[in-house]
Amino acid sequence: MSDTPGVVAVVAGHGRFADGLISAVEQITGRGAAFVAVSNTGLAPAELEKRVDLALDQSGARVVFTDLPAGSCTMATRRLQRVRNDVVLVTGANVCVLMEFLFSAEAAMAASVGGVADVAALANAAAEKARQTLVVTGG
Amino acid sequence: MSLLLHRIDDRLIHGQVVVGWGQPLELKFIVLVDDDVATSEWEQELYRMGVPPGMDVYFHTVDDMSSRLAQYQSDARAGILLVGSIDTMQRLVAAHDGLRTVNVGGVHHAEGRAQRLRYVFLTPSEEATLRDMQTRGVEVTAQDLPSTRPMPLNELLATSQDG
Repeated sequence: MSDTPGVVAVVAGHGRFADGLISAVEQITGRGAAFVAVSNTGLAPAELEKRVDLALDQSGARVVFTDLPAGSCTMATRRLQRVRNDVVLVTGANVCVLMEFLFSAEAAMAASVGGVADVAALANAAAEKARQTLVVTGG
Repeated sequence: MSLLLHRIDDRLIHGQVVVGWGQPLELKFIVLVDDDVATSEWEQELYRMGVPPGMDVYFHTVDDMSSRLAQYQSDARAGILLVGSIDTMQRLVAAHDGLRTVNVGGVHHAEGRAQRLRYVFLTPSEEATLRDMQTRGVEVTAQDLPSTRPMPLNELLATSQDG
């Protein structure tokens, strides 16, 4: 799944969204280094696309988590998918989906021969679990 | 309601537009004018994906707008005219007297551009084009979000920032 040991995905979003989510993962699990952060701040679309592309290349990850479905990081990743059709995109990311994906990806890596895992299936499963964590109480 | 904002933003449809402006202005439609996007189904699908439910998006070339602008300006809903470049806006301004305001919302770093604001980088040619719009009587301001102060063009062009 990854050329860099331990990196499972890129997290990309507005401002310090990615840094913030990753810092939360680090605080909760100590595994923040499993994610690479990209911010769209100050970047034109083409430059942002290059940043995401570079983050995927350098980490060896194939999954990108973004914040808004309409955000520029999402658009950049969708453009990349035209030429990198193995890239998996998950929008609306939160800390729960990152942790679900992290643990399932690491378990799949450990269980698979040669480190090959179906990251799309893992991302789907993590997104489904994370949806259930949006809970409203009170009022 | 008509077109409430005529925006130059090289990201076209993205978070600041659909949420940052979309919520306070209660935007119901976006008119995206771009010759490349208007002739590419793939590009249009990409941008449609970014538009929330309850908001329509219409794609046009600059030439299309000669027969469309008045219709959008008299639309009962709140809308935004969105282009990706200063040159595209200049073509619209030159062709339509009805465009009296221009919002510079996002022109990012590229070769030959100097930084004016965190979200505005301009080449000398682009500065001249914006000045030309102003000479035509168009009010040109830079403003990324409704919560920030619109900066008049003269002030924008007197501003410089390092990297």
